[in-house]
This record gives sequence, structure tokens and C-alpha cells, in this order.
Amino acid sequence: MADRTAASRRGLSEEVAGAGGHQIVERVPSDRQWLWRLISFAVVFGGWEIAGRIPVSPSFPTFSATIVALGEMLLDGTLAGAYAETVQPLILGMLLCSVMAVLFGVGMGLSRTVEWFSLPIFIILQAAPMAALIPLITFLYGIGLTAKVVAVMLMSAPIIVLNSYKGIRNTSPSLLDMSRSFMATRRQQIVKIILPSASGLIFAGLRLGVAAGVTGVVLAELLITPTGVGDLITYYRSVAEYPHMFASILSIIIFSSVAVTLLQRAETALFRPET
Amino acid sequence: MLNTVLSARNGQASGTPEAAVQVEGIGKRYPGGVEALKDVTLDFPAGELTTLLGPSGCGKTTLLKIIAGLLDPSKGQIRVKGKQVHGPGPDRAFVFQDFALMPWATVLRNVAFGLELRGVAKAEREATARKYITEVGLTGFEQSYPHELSGGMRQRVGVARALAVDADILLMDEPFASIDEQTRRKLQEDLLQLLQIEKKTVIFVTHSIEEAVYVSDQIVLLSRRPGTVSRIIRPNLDHSTDLEAARRDKAYLDCVDEIWQTLKQYLV
Amino acid sequence: MTVLGYRIPMMFSLLAWFVVWEIVGQLDLTILIPPFSGVIAAGITMLPSQKFHDAITITMTAFLAGMGLSLLVGIPLGILMGRVKAIGQLMGMWVNIFESSPLTAVIPVLMALLGFGQATIITTVFLFSVWVIALDVQVGAKHANASLLEMGRSFGASRFALYTKILFFAALPEILAGVRLGLIRGVKGVVIGQLLVAIVGVGELFELYSRNFLMEEFWALVIMVFAFAFAISETVAYVERRIEYYASTR
Repeated sequence: MADRTAASRRGLSEEVAGAGGHQIVERVPSDRQWLWRLISFAVVFGGWEIAGRIPVSPSFPTFSATIVALGEMLLDGTLAGAYAETVQPLILGMLLCSVMAVLFGVGMGLSRTVEWFSLPIFIILQAAPMAALIPLITFLYGIGLTAKVVAVMLMSAPIIVLNSYKGIRNTSPSLLDMSRSFMATRRQQIVKIILPSASGLIFAGLRLGVAAGVTGVVLAELLITPTGVGDLITYYRSVAEYPHMFASILSIIIFSSVAVTLLQRAETALFRPET
Repeated sequence: MLNTVLSARNGQASGTPEAAVQVEGIGKRYPGGVEALKDVTLDFPAGELTTLLGPSGCGKTTLLKIIAGLLDPSKGQIRVKGKQVHGPGPDRAFVFQDFALMPWATVLRNVAFGLELRGVAKAEREATARKYITEVGLTGFEQSYPHELSGGMRQRVGVARALAVDADILLMDEPFASIDEQTRRKLQEDLLQLLQIEKKTVIFVTHSIEEAVYVSDQIVLLSRRPGTVSRIIRPNLDHSTDLEAARRDKAYLDCVDEIWQTLKQYLV
Repeated sequence: MTVLGYRIPMMFSLLAWFVVWEIVGQLDLTILIPPFSGVIAAGITMLPSQKFHDAITITMTAFLAGMGLSLLVGIPLGILMGRVKAIGQLMGMWVNIFESSPLTAVIPVLMALLGFGQATIITTVFLFSVWVIALDVQVGAKHANASLLEMGRSFGASRFALYTKILFFAALPEILAGVRLGLIRGVKGVVIGQLLVAIVGVGELFELYSRNFLMEEFWALVIMVFAFAFAISETVAYVERRIEYYASTR
């Protein structure tokens, strides 16, 4: 599912990927790996089941109870209803943020002046706990959709901006020399060399941005307004229905992994003819 | 047998008509203060292959990039066919040590790239590209991507791309340095064969003495940094009959040895 | 950027932004943005206060304890994942999933299991940081120069010596990168955890200041927390640069 190769992961975790910034795309697992994966699931879920049966804590349900609860919530539409709410600010925030943050990051990579003025801020913002600003959002935008959209953008913007910037700055110097020696105009150089070469890191940034955005929306739903999945988690905890609470949390982790994986698949299908 | 010209050519008239490229008093000092080249004056005869050879760090690549217009000299000027040039021009095409192929583009698009930048229509530039892909022996790989090719094949793409823009002057920066020895020999032979058809002026940078002697009409030995012209040697090998025989030629061996004796003094 | 021929270091642009902040603040456009000078003044009065001291102490304790646990678990786990195929296969998928998943959602569970105290915060810090550390260390252990290990074996090194004297140092660049990323996530974890628990440490102060419109204090705290996060990640980055020569010899 999220089994990325080392090279692509290094791109993901802010480490500068190799020249050209190209990501190695997820390999299809072989039969043997499927077996390992099965064992891996069995060990973890088995451990969970046993820990739940002991039980480690009265508020720690078994794996089977959690799965039953998850099935129930899937069937009676609870999850669908919650995600319908959660997904709105996420999609809206990600769309707005992707466009603006990628453009800004690209601008930062292309212009020394923009770089000088904004790179230090984004370096700090990326290392900093942006969640600290969430109390302010309530203050500014109340408790509606806008507040949650802003929370998503706040969490995902720094990483998208910085990755786009790094993508631009990581363009292979010899490709730049090549385009100059064949007399490319600056426009041609940007469109035909710099942007294609940066696209790998830009997409990696977007994937990281989505993961951060999900954190943003969950945080907003837990802290600002109890809606969607955040509301489910809070509600089931307050009524001590722990299997349902665990199931809600499990669902958001699965949701995030699937979203990130789908994004990678889409990138490969649409923009990577060479693989 | 060897025809050695000493470096003191400053007094000589540099306006000889058959020089495709003239380098006049070129000096290069990098912002950090490193002086890479000092007062280099050289002619590159039209239709010949001239090699820049020297110890590593002697500024051979710097000189080539200055001729290409990729770097600005701190002093001096470059003339191409008698006209002073600033920056890259359609008369010169560059072949890169690391190939500089676009990983996201097919062989066909990579080879046609110079023409694409000039705004040549797609059908026309692809027809030209196909011609040169055939000429470098890559027929059948038009739709392959660079990562699917071996190092030697990648550099053939680089050479085809440089030929496709129909520049009179080819600038080759250690083109075969990152390719294994056996493939390199084959590439050297194929290059010589190609040049018999294409009639280009070639400026070739290498650190391999054997390669320089084998491919060159004229070899320019550069001294250690700051690079200056140390000697100019013409190996006078006969490539026209048998490409293999040249490597067994006594002139070849003598020339390799003579260059080694000269370059040895620059090594620590 | 260069002005009159002098290159001005990039970090100086922050000063320019502080000036902009001051101007916007002086214009009194919104209560949210008080003048920068006011923020500094609030920060200075805040520093010696008992409330601030308590908050910092409790926050740092949780952060250090959580990070300590993370390092103790993450580095050996990563090395084992990199060297023992079975462990790598069994754990790889989970570590990858947790590294990029919204663990914020797990904090309510911790609150249910462990209560509203330090244990929850420490576990949050641990959960936020351990996965990225394990992943980076795994990469380092996997790509450690094989001939170095063979050298060790050929000179008769014991397995323990091989791991502690060779592998650890061979993987040090990746280990440090993992530690740096782990520290950054740890700070995020401690802040998010305390915000959700809402009655301890810095999280409580953030709540308190924003609820009572004490914007100068709020921003002063934000600046201090951000500066702390930046400072620790830069410290590790500095050490990383010090051992950069590693990279050239492999």
C-alpha cells in the first residue's frame, strides 16, 4: 500500500532527491512479497487481537470487535456521511493550496529575489509546529467550512512550497547547459527543461501535502468544530464505544494511505510515459 | 615523423582563413579567485579534430565551455569563422560528458530537441532526427527512453542530437569518459567513421592520452592550472584505410609515449 | 540578494519581515496582528513568569522523554529492518504507513487509554517521531558499504563489534537525517498533543492566550516554539554537515 522505495521516500522526507528529482515508482510486489505481507498483517492483527482479549485496558478493543464496528459503520452509512463532511474542506483546501503553493514554490526557485525574501520563512514554517496557529483560525474564520479549509492549507502549504522550490533548484546543471548550448530562450528552458525535471519533486510535495492536509482536517475537526470523522472519534469516545472509536481512527489512516497511493498512481499514469 | 609546433604562437597571424575557431588571449578566473586559464591563444583548423589534453583540473573543460559560450571568459575573445562571438550560437553544438539527455523524453525527441527549440515543425525535425539516429547506429530505438539504453548508446544519442542541428563545429566534453573501455574503443572508431561523412570541425576534450592520439588531427597539451598551451602535436595517423591498424602503428605508440613524457612533469 | 555590491545573507530577510510586521501592527488593521515590538515586550515579561516556567518544564520533559524513547526504539529497529530481511519484510509496510499517516487521530485513543497527563503527551511524541527515524536508519543500514562490513568480518570482528563499530558509523549520515526529521516531528507531536489535551504545558498557554485575546503573548509563544523547532533541527543539520565527508568516501 504505502510501500515506497527508498529513493522516492528520501524525496518525500524533505531530503533532496537525486539530480532530476525523478521518483522511482512503486514496484509491483512479487508472489513472495505478498506472502510476507500476509504474514505481516497476521502478526500485527493477531497481536492486536490478543492484547484486546487480555485486555490491556478496558478501553482497548480487540481487532475483531474493531473490524465488526468498522463493517457496521460502513453498512449503516455512518462512515459515508462522516467522510462526505470531512472530504469537503480537504479537497477544497488541497485544490486551492496546490495551485498557490506550487506556483509560489516555482517562483521561489526561479527568482533569486523571491527566494531571498521567502525561503527562510518557509524553512522555519516547515520545521515548526503549524498546529499552534489553529486556535487563531477559529478566531479569524469562526467554526465553519472556511476555518477547516484554512487549517488544511496551513498544514500542507509549507511542504508543497518547499518541495516545488527544491524541484526547480535541483534541475541538473548539465541539462541547463544543454538547453543553453542549443540556444533555448528562458521561456523554453523553463517549460521544456526545468518544469518537467522538477515535476517529480513537485508531485512528491503534493503527496506529502495531502498527508499533512488530512492531519489538518482531523485536527480542525477535533479542535475547532466536531464534524465528520473528527466528530465520530470524539462522540464514540464520550459514549465509551471503543470499537467504533478505533474503527473511525483506522478508517482515517486507511483513507490517507489510499489517497496518497492513488495520487502516485495518477501521477505515473498521466505524467510518466517513460516508466 | 612527429610534427611539433611550439606554443609561442602569439606573434603568428591568427587570421588564417582555414581556422574555424580562434581563441585569443583567453583567461578565466572564477569568482572564488581560482585561475583556471591564463592567456590561451589557439587556432582550431576547419574540418579537423583537435583535442584538448591535460592533467585533471587544467581547465580543458572550462576552455571548451568558453568556446561554447556557456561560460564567459575573464579576458580575451573567441572568434568563430573570423567573427567574434558572445554566448552560444547555431554554428556550435555540444556533446556532454554526462550525456545531458532528458530522462522524460524518447530518443527521437532528445535527438530532435535542438530543432524543437528552433521551432522547426514536428514532422520535419523528426525526419531529420531519424536520419541521424540511423547514422549513429540506433535504428529501432527511436521510442526508447534514455534509462533503457546503455551508456554507450546514450552518448550516441548525444552525438546524434549535436549532428541534427547541422552546426559546423562539434564541441565534445570528455564524451566517452563515463563509458567502459571496450565500448569506448568502438565509439572512437565510429566517431572517426562518422566524421568522414559529416566533415565537421571537432574540439574534443579528454584526459586519455591514447584516446587523444587515436582520434586527433591535432593535440593541444595544456599545462597544470592555470592552464596554458604547453605543446601542440600532430599525430599524423592514417585513418582512411583501416581504423584498426592505427592502434598498431608505430607513430601511434611513439606519440603516446612522447605526450606521456611531457605530461609526466605536471603530475605530483 | 546583493545591495551595493554586498551579498546579504538570506536569513536577514527575516528582519525585513519583522519590519513589515511592525508597520502592519502599528496601522492597527486587526487585533490579530499587534506590533512586533509589543510581541517582543510581551515575550520578555513572559519569560520570568512562573506560569511560563511550569509550562516549559512540563513540555520539555514530555518532549525529551518521548524523543529518548523514539531514539532508543527507532535506531535499533531501523538497523534490524535494514539488516535482517524477515524483520524488514514484516515491519516495513507498517512503518511506512505510520510514517505518513495522520497520527493526530490516534491522540484521542491515547487520552482514553492513558488519561490527560504526561503519559499521553510522551506517547504522542514517540508515535510522531519513531517511524521516520526507523525508516531513515533502515535506508542507512541497508546501503552501508558492503565491503566495509566484509572488511570487518575478514578481520574477525564479532557480530556486536560489527554493528556498533562499523554499521552504526557507516549509517551515521542517514541516522542523523532521521534524528533531525524525528525531532521536527516530535515538536509537532508535543504541540498537537498538548493542544488536544488542552490542560497541560504550552498547549494550555496557546489556548489561554487565544481565548483571552492576548495576541502579543500568543505570538511571543509562537515565535519561541518555532525558534526552538528551527534551532534543534539546525543543530542536527550542523552535525550532519560536519560528517559530510562520509559521503565522499563511499
